[in-house]
Amino acid sequence: MPPPRLRAWPAVLLATGLLLSGCANPSVGSADDDPDAPVTLRFWHGWSEPGEVKAIDKSVERFEELHPNIHVETTGNVSDATVNQALRAGGDKAPDVVSSFTTNNVGQYCDSGMWADLDPFLKKSGVDKKKVFPSTLLDYTRYEGTQCALPLLADAFGLYYNKDAFAKAGIDRPPRTMSEFAEDAAKLTERDGDRVERAGFMPNFRLYQNSPDRLFAQWGPRYFDQDGKARLAEEPLTRQFYRTMKKLSDAQGGYAALERLRQSFGDEMSRQSGFMTGKLAMHLDGEWRGLMLQEDEPDFDWGVAPLPVPDDQADTYGRGYLTGTVAGIAHSSTHQNAAWELLRFLTTDTEQVVSFANAIHNVPSTKAALTSPELDADPAFRTFLRIARNPHSQALPPSTTGGMYVTAFQDFSYSVEAGKAGDLGAGLRELDRQIDADTLQAKN
Amino acid sequence: MAPSLSSGTRPETPGPTAPASDARLRRKRRRDRLRTIGFLSPWLVGFSVFFGYPLAATVYFSFMHYNQIKQPEFVGLRNWSYVFTQMPLFGPALWNTLWLVVVMVALRVVFGVGIGLLVTKLKSGVGFFRTAFYVPYLAPPVAATVAFVFLLNPATGPVNEILSAVGIDGPNWFNDPAWAKPSLVMLSLWGIGDLMVIFMAALLDVPKEQYEAAELDGAGALTKFRFVTWPNITPIVMFAVVTGVVQTMQYYTQALVAGKLASGVTIGPGTVIQPGYPDHSTITVPQLVYQLGFQNFNTGAACVLSLVLFAIAMAVTMLLMRRRSGLLSAED
Repeated sequence: MPPPRLRAWPAVLLATGLLLSGCANPSVGSADDDPDAPVTLRFWHGWSEPGEVKAIDKSVERFEELHPNIHVETTGNVSDATVNQALRAGGDKAPDVVSSFTTNNVGQYCDSGMWADLDPFLKKSGVDKKKVFPSTLLDYTRYEGTQCALPLLADAFGLYYNKDAFAKAGIDRPPRTMSEFAEDAAKLTERDGDRVERAGFMPNFRLYQNSPDRLFAQWGPRYFDQDGKARLAEEPLTRQFYRTMKKLSDAQGGYAALERLRQSFGDEMSRQSGFMTGKLAMHLDGEWRGLMLQEDEPDFDWGVAPLPVPDDQADTYGRGYLTGTVAGIAHSSTHQNAAWELLRFLTTDTEQVVSFANAIHNVPSTKAALTSPELDADPAFRTFLRIARNPHSQALPPSTTGGMYVTAFQDFSYSVEAGKAGDLGAGLRELDRQIDADTLQAKN
Repeated sequence: MAPSLSSGTRPETPGPTAPASDARLRRKRRRDRLRTIGFLSPWLVGFSVFFGYPLAATVYFSFMHYNQIKQPEFVGLRNWSYVFTQMPLFGPALWNTLWLVVVMVALRVVFGVGIGLLVTKLKSGVGFFRTAFYVPYLAPPVAATVAFVFLLNPATGPVNEILSAVGIDGPNWFNDPAWAKPSLVMLSLWGIGDLMVIFMAALLDVPKEQYEAAELDGAGALTKFRFVTWPNITPIVMFAVVTGVVQTMQYYTQALVAGKLASGVTIGPGTVIQPGYPDHSTITVPQLVYQLGFQNFNTGAACVLSLVLFAIAMAVTMLLMRRRSGLLSAED
């Protein structure tokens, strides 16, 4: 018979194991609630600017008028990290309806089960999602058949340009192809010796919204094959993209000179940003920038156009990168039917979507709202509506790793633009291998 | 001499009273043991809750696939293999952390001793200089980092303006992979106040007679430092090194804030914070642990990294402690 101390070990280990696995128990919600019963819902969102908060609060008021039995407590300025951690921790203070400013995490939300599958709710309510939402937006709110989110307004990216600088350089319209883009950028660039004082267009990927995935959308790449394996190495557009960006950079003084200029810019959302101070003649940004420019009144005339496309895809001109806010129901919510009523109102009610889109200058996310005559008639805003409706516009495909593959692609692109990537083919193969390893690690 | 009860030596008392005496002895031992445990219990509870359980949980989850939603699943060594062979950021993060441990800790100790010596040798203005060197330590790390990034901005910061005025083309500081870590070291040297106070106390504690004896033997300043000052402050130096190593192994905030500010990207609710700007030159292992554990929810891999960090910190600390005990016994 083993001595008492040895006999105690299995019991200690068993107790520790049970304790550890017990702590890993997720809280489970349900969809058994009566949506007509009085209930208080918690809605977490990311909007923080006073105008945005006012608009979402007004939307909630409209909902409460339609559903007097449902009271909604809103919490703004909530990041994805906070939502993620709160839903994983569970508890009775966790939100029922959640939103995210990025589509990058949808794959993670759907695959992990953290956001509830919405198909049963859509079916119960008779909402045909394919008729309500544009296909690109529907694609970025589901993962491997699970529709765990719905689009709650969208963002489209286009080219802001300084009309005064264009006139001074003798350019009569914004560029439409990448060749025109490089030519115009070179004409608009101002230098003092080796220093670039103003760039026509800053191609460096670290600038504000300039991430490579957004620029790469103009080429219409496919990141994954049918089996979900990364295919950036075999995608011929990847090499074409890097070549074009290098040409664009070289036409304006090269990476190092442009990087030095970039480092002289102020904060992205401030009046010291590169475009506001006139240090950039053209600039990639989302539709929200138009409202900011109207409020900040820069001392030059500005306009908006779609970002140019590759020369051999000239017929796709008008396309752009799409993303947006997404919303869903927390897996831990015990009021999922009531939560669905709120989510359905925010995402599918045409009048609500149009008025909210007008209020915060975001692109509406339903087909009906996109063609509504009630939409803001501002020409800059209308340009983004056209980009959003363009069938060639592209969003990033969701992945179970969240935005890890995007980050890996960005990191690799930083080394390419800095001339540190070495053999491009080998680097892209290694990038694919890394993305696949991350996917496997997230799934296994 | 009475037999020691704690040593377990049985008293040599033969005869019929032996069983009763044994029972009394056992009761007394039990009481002693309970009393000892009672006195130790606050520490035992704290140790178990805040160290023992988390450590056991970290080991347990390092062998599990666990996304903090679904039940953990045993995956053997897969998380370990992922971290060591498939995670490209592990190498840079470990290198940066070790670089900071070696360079930052060494320079902080040298700088701390130097400033301590300077202040203790001053004839006048001691209060002013002591305050001037100590105050930066009181600045919140985030505020101090924001100020440093502003001062060292390559295009608009006053430091490069001044360097430019004297004909020096200043570096890109936090924007240059080669200068980002040295810039962080400069930030930590600026806040040297904590070590300065400790070293000042140690320096003032060195017996004056030893200096007088050395002077009588004709020792100069360097010889006095080597044979009088240094042996006396060695325990404090070792304390500073050990705590410095442990703290630097957990280096997180300043590197993250500096990287984000220098990159110029606005952090909003939809922004996923990617540490390491520029070119992963400031990413540290604790940042990677947070990123894996609480952004990617790859709990298993985050636990593996935590254990690696723990093992390195333990190894370095034990090495230093052994070295310290060696030094002390050699002097004894």
